Amino acid sequence: MTDLETRVLTETPTTGPSPQEAGEVQHSTGDRVRSVIKHLLLIVASVVMIYPLLWLLVSSFRPTDVIFRTPGLWLKDLTSINYTQGWGALQDPFGHYLLNSAIVVVGAVLGNLLSCSLAAYAFARLKFRLKTLWFSIMLVTIMLPIHVVVVPQYILFNKLGWINTFIPLILPKFLATDAFFVFLMVQFIRGIPRELDEAARIDGCGHWHIFSRVMLPLMGPAIATTAIFTFIWTWSDFFISLIYLTTPNTYTVPLALRSFLDSTEGSNWGAMFAMSIISLVPIFLAFLFGQRFLVKGIATTGGK
Amino acid sequence: MSAISELSHIKVDKAKTPEERRARAKEAGRDNKAGYLFLLPWMVGLVVITIGPMIASLYLSFTDYSLIQAPEWIGLENYARMISDERLHNALRVTFTYVFVSVPLQLILALAVAMLLDKGMRGLALYRSIFYLPSMLGGSVAIALLWRQLFGSDGMVNQVLQLVGINSTTGWIADPKYALGTLILLHIWTFGSPMVIFLAGLRQIPGMYYEAASIDGASRWQKFVKITLPLLSPIVFFNLVLQIIGAFQSFTQAFVVSNGTGGPSDSTMQYTLYLYQKGFGQFQMGYAAAMAWLLVIIVGVLTAINFFASKYWVFYDD
Repeated sequence: MTDLETRVLTETPTTGPSPQEAGEVQHSTGDRVRSVIKHLLLIVASVVMIYPLLWLLVSSFRPTDVIFRTPGLWLKDLTSINYTQGWGALQDPFGHYLLNSAIVVVGAVLGNLLSCSLAAYAFARLKFRLKTLWFSIMLVTIMLPIHVVVVPQYILFNKLGWINTFIPLILPKFLATDAFFVFLMVQFIRGIPRELDEAARIDGCGHWHIFSRVMLPLMGPAIATTAIFTFIWTWSDFFISLIYLTTPNTYTVPLALRSFLDSTEGSNWGAMFAMSIISLVPIFLAFLFGQRFLVKGIATTGGK
Repeated sequence: MSAISELSHIKVDKAKTPEERRARAKEAGRDNKAGYLFLLPWMVGLVVITIGPMIASLYLSFTDYSLIQAPEWIGLENYARMISDERLHNALRVTFTYVFVSVPLQLILALAVAMLLDKGMRGLALYRSIFYLPSMLGGSVAIALLWRQLFGSDGMVNQVLQLVGINSTTGWIADPKYALGTLILLHIWTFGSPMVIFLAGLRQIPGMYYEAASIDGASRWQKFVKITLPLLSPIVFFNLVLQIIGAFQSFTQAFVVSNGTGGPSDSTMQYTLYLYQKGFGQFQMGYAAAMAWLLVIIVGVLTAINFFASKYWVFYDD
């Protein structure tokens, strides 16, 4: 439709001072119409996309009975009672679950950064036997559904007495099992000029020095992307926590949130919404400050 | 920089004397050792966390095992049971519907919005953030809980419908006809991450292609079909493969929205949810392992089909 309009407009015979100039002017009016329509579309889409989130935020400050009568966003009769209620509604104060999640997230981020960068350096820069084979295995494991390993893993960790500890959630990260990030870092290192490590090598640096003194400082964006994605994914992870954490005092935030459905019979929506907002704040902040890296990181792996 | 690069070239090219060759062989040996040292954590993980358990689960899939007694070899019985397990067939139906409806819709929307977001347009960063944010939050329990409220019988969606004059008392998540639809909608809502990948891809298409096409009088649609789609096809392919694999494993939303039951009437019983119930609800570890292997085979076959089909529609510039 807009395309047709533009064409009709530009093809209309002109009577202006010079054909070229007039053509440009008319072209730009067609463009303006197109631009207005486009912005309208995007604004409508933005509102639809963001409305549930804003509504969740506002509703978390409303009494439960008001939540169920108010689809709008007006800010009157707001109360913080949901937050105080929700904080104490479960067996432990909600801060306890936040702390549990924080421990797991810190462990996971450290583990991923360390193990994935080591593996990535090897794949991107070193020559060793069967490298192509290992690299393809690594790529395949990115696509492997976790379910195929989760049953024996559970049996193994159960035998080791690690159920209801955070070890099953953190240890695999120190063993570079999130191959996606290995791949992301390999792609990044490949973009760093080889001259830099050659120079270090000529200066007599060993691989550990090249890795830690030359590569790591240059890998800032890849490290940031890995850290932020690991943070967001681990913070939201539900499946693995659900399997390994069964006693309420080991619950991470997602498990605690879900247990609202059982403990309050799913009726205290206000409290549930309030704690939901609290659980989303760290992701939102990570998104806000890390968006640059998320966009770039996702583009490096996706682009080529 | 260039001096250094020259130096390194000389070093590589002129290793002709025996000493130099020996030195290079030594260096290669050191590289080999270093390579395996750097890979050590990953390899331990590969053996202990990935391949070992994969083999173990293949073995378990031929056994009856409930964690209490030792696994008992029962041959192909688990697989035979799968053939007659109606609930499993239903779970496959639900999952295939979910994947093959939500993934294409999500990707089409992602591409459409990415194309609207021209380079340098006003508000670009804000639009992108708004569209991208839901895909970061969408996997969380908080959003799944929100969905439970939104699509409940007295939830926000019905209230909005009432405002526009539609009196709906349908509990969308309580009605077997619509419950899966709400999950599909949630998946589509997270179109931001493929959108960001599309955006990056669109930026790489040289503007002169479009200029040349304009001079030849190509319409916008022709430009889209003849320039944008072919040049973007590797990225469409990448998104398609990853989204299909990801959607098959989706679990959290179905679990939370149905409170772990897969209901109503198994209408949200996704494959992974059924696997969880079998393995970790009823501790039928052997059966769960067999189900996991079926999942690997399904995802593997679909990925292989995707790669095979890509020869016919994915266009590689180089």
